[in-house]
Amino acid sequence: MLQAPEITPELVEQDKVYQEMGLTDKEYDMIKDIMGRRPNFTEIGIFSVMWSEHCSYKTSKPLLKKFPTEGPQVVQGPGEGAGVVDIGDGQGVVFKVESHNHPSAVEPYQGAATGVGGIIRDVFSMGARPIASLNSLRFGNLHTGRVKYLFDEVVHGIAGYGNCVGVPTVGGEVQFDDCYEGNPLVNAMCVGLIDTKDIQKGIASGLGNTIMYVGSKTGRDGIHGATFASEDLSEDSESKRSNVQVGDPFMEKLLIEACLEVIHSDALVGIQDMGAAGLTSSASEMASKAGMGMEMNLDLIPQREENMTAYEMMLSESQERMLLCVKQGEEQEIVDIFKKYGLEAVAVGHVTDDKMFRLLHKGEVVADIPVDNLAEDAPIFHKESKVPSFYEEYQRMPAYIPEVKDHSETLKKLLQQPTIASKEYVYDQYDSMVQANTVFSPGSDAAVVRVRGYDKAIAMTTDCNSRYIHLDPEAGGKIAVAEAARNIVASGAKPLALTDGLNFGNPDKPENFWQMEKSVEGMSAASLKLNTPVISGNVSLYNESNGQAIFPTPVVGMVGLHESLDHITPSHFQNEGDLIYVIGETEAEFGGSELQNLLEGKYFGKAPAIDLETEAKRQEQLLAAIRAGLVSSAHDIAEGGLGVALAECLFTEKGLGADVQVEGDLTTVLFSETQSRFIVSIPEKDREAFEAKVEDATLLGTVTNTNKLVVQNGETEAITEDVRSLQQLWKGAIPCLLKSKA
Amino acid sequence: MKLVKVHITLKEGVLDPQGKAVQGSLNTLGYDNVKEVRVGKYLELTVNDDANIEAEIEEMCNKLLANPVIENYKYTVEEGVVQ
Amino acid sequence: MKFAVIVFPGSNCDRDMYYAAKDALGEEADMLWYQEANLEGYDAILIPGGFSYGDYLRSGAIASTSDIVVQLREQADKGVPILGVCNGFQILLESGLLPGAMLRNKNLKFMCHFENLIVENNDTLFTSKYEKDEVVSIPIAHHDGNYYCDEETLARLKENNQIVFTYENNPNGSVADIAGIINEQGNVLGMMPHPERAVEAILNSDDGLKLFQSMLENWRERYVAGA
Repeated sequence: MLQAPEITPELVEQDKVYQEMGLTDKEYDMIKDIMGRRPNFTEIGIFSVMWSEHCSYKTSKPLLKKFPTEGPQVVQGPGEGAGVVDIGDGQGVVFKVESHNHPSAVEPYQGAATGVGGIIRDVFSMGARPIASLNSLRFGNLHTGRVKYLFDEVVHGIAGYGNCVGVPTVGGEVQFDDCYEGNPLVNAMCVGLIDTKDIQKGIASGLGNTIMYVGSKTGRDGIHGATFASEDLSEDSESKRSNVQVGDPFMEKLLIEACLEVIHSDALVGIQDMGAAGLTSSASEMASKAGMGMEMNLDLIPQREENMTAYEMMLSESQERMLLCVKQGEEQEIVDIFKKYGLEAVAVGHVTDDKMFRLLHKGEVVADIPVDNLAEDAPIFHKESKVPSFYEEYQRMPAYIPEVKDHSETLKKLLQQPTIASKEYVYDQYDSMVQANTVFSPGSDAAVVRVRGYDKAIAMTTDCNSRYIHLDPEAGGKIAVAEAARNIVASGAKPLALTDGLNFGNPDKPENFWQMEKSVEGMSAASLKLNTPVISGNVSLYNESNGQAIFPTPVVGMVGLHESLDHITPSHFQNEGDLIYVIGETEAEFGGSELQNLLEGKYFGKAPAIDLETEAKRQEQLLAAIRAGLVSSAHDIAEGGLGVALAECLFTEKGLGADVQVEGDLTTVLFSETQSRFIVSIPEKDREAFEAKVEDATLLGTVTNTNKLVVQNGETEAITEDVRSLQQLWKGAIPCLLKSKA
Repeated sequence: MKLVKVHITLKEGVLDPQGKAVQGSLNTLGYDNVKEVRVGKYLELTVNDDANIEAEIEEMCNKLLANPVIENYKYTVEEGVVQ
Repeated sequence: MKFAVIVFPGSNCDRDMYYAAKDALGEEADMLWYQEANLEGYDAILIPGGFSYGDYLRSGAIASTSDIVVQLREQADKGVPILGVCNGFQILLESGLLPGAMLRNKNLKFMCHFENLIVENNDTLFTSKYEKDEVVSIPIAHHDGNYYCDEETLARLKENNQIVFTYENNPNGSVADIAGIINEQGNVLGMMPHPERAVEAILNSDDGLKLFQSMLENWRERYVAGA
């Protein structure tokens, strides 16, 4: 372990110790300028974590500015622990997504668990009760023992933590592609509910007010985790095992209850989670946001290990810790609340007015840094951007036309592709029903959680088809937002806002930066058109293993509002005799499709086109039909096209079937991934009313009680399959892959 | 100070699903000599020197550390541990 | 009728239990922090699910050593109805108020979904509004729900008709498909499935409501009608 006292400021400069911490020569010189002297070892460590991408967004900031962040529904945009949108009745929904990719690649159980814990803290530190979690996961194909291990342990970690803290895990997605083999993605989203009058901020204002520490003691966990998250994963990441923090969900549960009690105390001024970069980021950000300074005595920090240095304490990423700013003289009130839950709140410092971040340890000043430079004035880099040659090649390719002979067989194979197959194996391990508000649990287009005591509910989803973004980041970025909104609308809710989890490769490579740029542009255009501003988010860069970047994966976490419980609409067919409609026409679009993956084992050509006007119109019209009570079920058409979507609509225990009549090229009709489409079922009596409201709806057939999926193409019977056996293939695919020998 | 090492295992006859899973994995890896695995817990307690410590340990095991319905325990006491 | 819901550190179905009694059933309920609780004067006691003390050591073990369990025993002896669900059931087992113990699920994984339960005994304070052999849909959510007891205990449970609920398709490996058991006196019920999560149609089942209604009906017969 590095020992601060042995490394003098001169040595830091001479031996370029700062480079080991992830800082460049140029950044070191900037820091020296700011300080007016050579920074000591502790100070340079503090700068290194605050100026890491994870904390400062130094690379992505110029791009993030492009996101629309405002709207009448936005109560709190980006900048706080999480964003907040208004849902009426004085209530708000608080949400954010955060990545924990690198820790999960090294120690999947703890990496995933602490990812869940961190995002839940972001939400309750705003004063909100966490009401739901979702997870967006990406793994390599389940062919190697290592990938199976990562997959199982990530899921196990999410379950172990989420179930214990009592926040239902209600949704998310899991997708599999080779590019994630060495660098899985673990993005956790948390949604909270709050009375907007109770919203807290992470500020340390009021000269002389007391800074209090509460939660787990500080150990040497995860030192340099924040910079670790901003480096490529290489072979020797395996040996960095001790870097990964260990989560204690029991402590988190106590903190949730105690903090939600503390927010009602007048003694509280501000509260913030100690997340990445721990004490350093929470303390300096709280002071900087308030336009104040802060002095802390590190001797007072509750420590789990002996002889910890200032450097270690400031950079520790021990989990389940909160920092509070409390009115001077009213500390006891806070101490007493925490005491009830067996937690100790300890005064460790106070607010100053000199805008300095000053740390004392064993009687000496060990750091004295202008706080604004640390928290807000991190350098911003405008990276070079270059169109990748593969993109130009994809654009020049003639349209890919797959050859399918046996459509029944192909449908069965698609249903067993792990990205399409049932994720029951995963979500059965999550407590999706605790808090007793879950209307739709995982497996639906969007998860739905009702708001107790009101005639309304919250819809939520995470989406991102990274194959399209790989082929065409701008179109793919639009599709990611549009698909999320489509899922929200299909459940009967109005989309409100989104949180983005931007996962990309190394931004120093101009081709990677171009992908970031274009996908952010695409996402911005779609959020603007669909009125879903970006209210929070997270950036994870350097997602590469052994030099190979992942597909750009900007995960969209979206939240919507059901204005009445009557609007809640399932994605599965409900009643025999209902009419089946498809909304939207189908073109032959197979670039990036699941069928292309199945037949070619790779993705190439053009991504599906998307027209945001059409998208918005269809979403509005479907929502109007749902609100008029005309729709029995609605399902978005995504990976695998209409064929897969139709089968999915039948995968219940109801024993229903479908008789549908299609026309045209059967492969296109069944498996093309043309955007902006839905399958809906409606009672026959509402036919006229429905068709009057939804312009682009075409009647396909009827829901039957035969438990058979029958597709007629003109005169020929193209598919006749027993639903039960399709369902078994779909359900069994992932367990079967896991059991097969590596 | 003394160091007390407590081993807790499931009683004979109680199904040990974890043990079975570990055994299965070991066999899959080719360790065919492994015929049974029982997974247990191991605890280390640093305690003050006290004449009655053995009786106290018994009590602790019965009251909290082990569940006598399903678990057995055994322990050893090591003398003279430096704190 | 007045219900007490005991809240341990780490309980996480405490509110769900409270709302089941208060909103779905429409009776009085208090959430009582385990250190401050006085169980005197309550007509029934509910021990909610969750992860008391993080399930560290063994599910329910640490909670079963807390002072509140002494009060719980007194109330049990007095005949007050006590319902322990999931972690509440585990606490009742660990404290010896019910016989047996919980092992890890046979597939070693946490599992959460609806299960069909069979009402084996409808002649209890908790199940009188169900039909005998009625099949009800109630969710489970547990990691350690694999009920174990020795053969002697099982024989006794059967003989005294103490097995109240069984699983139609045993998900976790429990002995004799046991999902819930009652004590010999008939006033302490422990069950792994969560009736409090199945009290409204919008939550995909209201089959659990009859359990609370049975408690209410029996209380009325015993105290209101009698008085």
